[in-house]
Amino acid sequence: MAILKVNDLKVYFPIKAGIFNRTVDHVKAVDGVSFSIEQGKTYGLVGESGSGKTTTGRAVIGLESIYSGKVMFNGKDITNFGRKNSALRKDVQMIFQDPYSSLNPRKRILDIIAEPLRNFENLSMQEEKKRVQSLLEIVGLSPESILKYPHEFSGGQRQRIGIARAIAVRPKLIIADEPVSALDVSVQAQVLNFMQDIQKELNLTYLFISHDLGIVKHMCDDIAIMYKGRYVEQGTTADIFNNPQHIYTKRLVSAIPDINPRNREKQYHFRQEVQREYANSYNDYFDSEGLAYGLQPISDTHLVALPERG
Amino acid sequence: MRNKLLEINNLKTSFRIGDNYYAAVDDVSLTVNNNEILGIVGESGSGKSALAFSIMGLHTRAKIEGNIFYKGQDIANISPAKLNKLRGDDLAMIFQDPLTALNPLMRIGDQIAETLILHKPEMSQKQRKERVLELIDLVRIPRPEHVYEQFPHELSGGMRQRVVIAIAIANRPDLLIADEPTTALDVTIQAQILDLIRELKNDLDSGVILITHDLGVVAEMADRVAVMYAGQIVEIAEVHTLFENPLHPYTKSLLNSVPTEGQEKLHVIQGVVPSLQKLPRKGCRFAARIPWVDASAHEEYPELHEVEPGHFVRCTCYSHFYFPDESKEAYAHGNS
Amino acid sequence: MWKFIVRRILITIPQIILLSVLLFLLAQAMPGDALSGLVDPNVSLEQKNALREKLGLNAPWYEKYGEWASGLVQGDLGQSFRFKMPVSDLIEQRMINTFWLSLATLIITYIIAIPLGILSGRYNDTILDSSITGYTYIGFATPLFIFGLVMLWVFGYQLQWFPTSGSVTPGLEPGSFEYVLSKAQHLLLPAISMALIQTVSTVQYLRSEIVDTKQREFIITARAKGASESRVYNKHILRNSLLPIAAFFGYEITFLIGGTVFVEMIFGFPGMGQLFIESILLRDYSVVNAVVLIFGIAAILGALLSDIILSLVDPRIRIK
Ligand SMILES: Nc1ncnc2c1ncn2[C@@H]1O[C@H](COP(=O)(O)OP(=O)(O)O)[C@@H](O)[C@H]1O
Ligand SMILES: Nc1ncnc2c1ncn2[C@@H]1O[C@H](COP(=O)(O)OP(=O)(O)O)[C@@H](O)[C@H]1O
Ligand code: SF4
Ligand SMILES: [Mg+2]
Ligand SMILES: [Mg+2]
Repeated sequence: MAILKVNDLKVYFPIKAGIFNRTVDHVKAVDGVSFSIEQGKTYGLVGESGSGKTTTGRAVIGLESIYSGKVMFNGKDITNFGRKNSALRKDVQMIFQDPYSSLNPRKRILDIIAEPLRNFENLSMQEEKKRVQSLLEIVGLSPESILKYPHEFSGGQRQRIGIARAIAVRPKLIIADEPVSALDVSVQAQVLNFMQDIQKELNLTYLFISHDLGIVKHMCDDIAIMYKGRYVEQGTTADIFNNPQHIYTKRLVSAIPDINPRNREKQYHFRQEVQREYANSYNDYFDSEGLAYGLQPISDTHLVALPERG
Repeated sequence: MRNKLLEINNLKTSFRIGDNYYAAVDDVSLTVNNNEILGIVGESGSGKSALAFSIMGLHTRAKIEGNIFYKGQDIANISPAKLNKLRGDDLAMIFQDPLTALNPLMRIGDQIAETLILHKPEMSQKQRKERVLELIDLVRIPRPEHVYEQFPHELSGGMRQRVVIAIAIANRPDLLIADEPTTALDVTIQAQILDLIRELKNDLDSGVILITHDLGVVAEMADRVAVMYAGQIVEIAEVHTLFENPLHPYTKSLLNSVPTEGQEKLHVIQGVVPSLQKLPRKGCRFAARIPWVDASAHEEYPELHEVEPGHFVRCTCYSHFYFPDESKEAYAHGNS
Repeated sequence: MWKFIVRRILITIPQIILLSVLLFLLAQAMPGDALSGLVDPNVSLEQKNALREKLGLNAPWYEKYGEWASGLVQGDLGQSFRFKMPVSDLIEQRMINTFWLSLATLIITYIIAIPLGILSGRYNDTILDSSITGYTYIGFATPLFIFGLVMLWVFGYQLQWFPTSGSVTPGLEPGSFEYVLSKAQHLLLPAISMALIQTVSTVQYLRSEIVDTKQREFIITARAKGASESRVYNKHILRNSLLPIAAFFGYEITFLIGGTVFVEMIFGFPGMGQLFIESILLRDYSVVNAVVLIFGIAAILGALLSDIILSLVDPRIRIK
């Protein structure tokens, strides 16, 4: 059974204007997104900046008010539970993009990691300290670090502290919003490996948000491509990378730099070709407002945003 | 025909921290030819930007030793007035963060025009405006007339980076230094910006130094690649050689940490780039990050060796380096 | 931008109304009322009550406020208990005096602040900068009334370069050249004293703006274009640093109000600040109220001015 099921999610932000700051229009940050994630899987959400990935993640966890649509967690409707519902808060945790600003600089590591524990479990000081130390060990940091402050750690270490905080209360679903975008390749590898290890160990499910297709390909079982608040394509990792159907996906995939310098010419021509196709067939793939159409199934796992046929 | 455009000899750039100077660029030598892209890779903190700023003479409080010959003239040791004649004209730079690289209170058109005012004072106002519009169009910003009058905050990150590029190429530079020009941008925009840089190189026959930490970008763009670690070049080679026959443990580690087809586990380089004060100045700078390698393998003063024509590697350890999951013997028997 | 300015102006209206309501209620809470000052203390309580009723003094507060406010708008600030004359007459000349004093102070403040701030910011961490910063620390630490007294004693009594009190030498024909000159002479010492202290915050603000702007990345872009150091300063650093200073201008008015109160007392300068203190000492509440109202409105308008200046000069607000 799907652990998370999102149905036709819409999140609109008001645009205010005029002397009296009245709402004149809405930014449709998320405009009719549906997906489901199976327990233990990693679901990738990809798109350019501003496409609505973060907003989707925040809406699922209740940090953004939902305009319409439905979010089901473990079969329960949690759409308007907000962050107040403690069971949900415990089971769904989030890892943020920026390891520098997401940890309170004035708090010790002990307090940062123990925060969710204090909210959900009544532990004695001693037990709490033990738990935090074991969490630090899980994320590969020395248990003596508990009395240090965030600035004493490197970016990769901080991100692992963020992960320790997220897994402290043994959640079932983790929403990871660009968890490695701010990190160097070498540190990226560390965090990604680590996320995979604890996933196996704790049977975690990830909603993995990223704009880096290479990383998404490495991490995810299923992938959705988002553009202007809508899905343009969804499928297994193989569907998206080996058989992209939407021109937008093709363009995105073709833009990934190839690590083999021998493919340079090929890659260049491929990109030119996709660019030409993009220019020529734009109107076949986007409606008059430049938005994606509704999704049409082309196989059991593969959905593409195409105009309805017939 | 490639000519030597830039030749750096034993460059050392040091910053003062407390009462001491610490070298962020430590004994770097390299050359750049025209119509050539030299890629420089390395983790952040390796000294890539410090190197680029040294070439452009943009450090305000650093001690610079060594020589930087641009077309035979030592620009590390010339008067500010002479340097200002070269900067923005022969030498130009593109910066990493397009959101902060432009003056927020100045119109886009005026910011581009400033380079022309400085280096082509003979241009009339009308000619200048025409050239600016041409440049805006050249970097593929739609509606040049409109953008000319706009301020930076009205443009997206990708558009601003194009403006920064327009400023850099305004006077057809011979040497273009691009310091992580696409790190802050989305992949599709990255692809367009990189194409632009490549076209410019071809059209102007310029030399380009492309700094990045993205190995994919290097693989697609560079003719030669220098790998930098802790202020030093640890390996420099022609691009195919570097990707197919990497020798230095740091180069290999970097290549193994990027996700590639069918790779189960990414390689993790242990530890971090040390800060300037903590950097070991004697002995190997990278040894701490490959702790499984026996201490006897390290050299006291690892030097660059030319292992095949044009392929330089620091130290000799490449002949016996192995990853922890490889056995020492397998490596010794030539099984890479 | 126009939307911003209109909205900003609209906000000041409730601000001013709120201020006036507060002041009115405060006045109500004060002992006595308009009658206590007007009528003979020997009039009987019954007669007074009848009079109160007739004058509308027993009406609910909002009615009284309405009447009071409509009076205000027509320039009627009430009666002074002590001087038995309309407050507006009492205030008029003093307001003009304070206005000139404030203007002179502002001008001197900027004459001092701009060069010092620029030097200190441009050559930061040099001896020059340390001495300027040292001056600003002294300025922050010195109470204005002590500094004013010292200035008065040195330049007024010892050296006798400036008159020691008043706003003009008595007996001169208003409008004549001597009269204007005498006015300026009386103004100068209090204005300089106030400016020397007041300016330090602007010096520090400008210095930190410049030091800040110097490290911004677009300055590096400008250098990379081949701009000379002087061009980098004039075209990029100065322009960008002076902008917040321009916006700071309106808020200076608020500081000035505090300053005039001390300075006018010390220099015996017949302005609003002196009137304020005197009225408090004399318990002349209607005058105190009127002065506070005017000060308050000046501060609100100053903040408004700051925001409008900012919206005019900063394209990030101008173009939205
Ligand atoms: N709090 C907010 N108020 C108004 N608009 C917002 C807010 N948060 C996000 N947006 C807008 O919603 C869109 C999607 O943003 P986001 O979800 O952050 O995209 P992504 O994470 O894919 O970069 C953008 O156009 C953004 O400007
Ligand atoms: N102005 C400076 N003063 C002191 N240290 C500096 C300065 N600029 C850079 N550094 C240090 O020099 C090293 C190299 O930095 P940098 O050249 O920015 O690396 P990269 O561009 O490769 O990320 C780092 O340790 C950095 O902290
Ligand atoms: S053996 Fe050489 S290059 Fe290798 S880590 Fe040691 S000194 Fe460095
Ligand atoms: Mg985001
Ligand atoms: Mg850098």
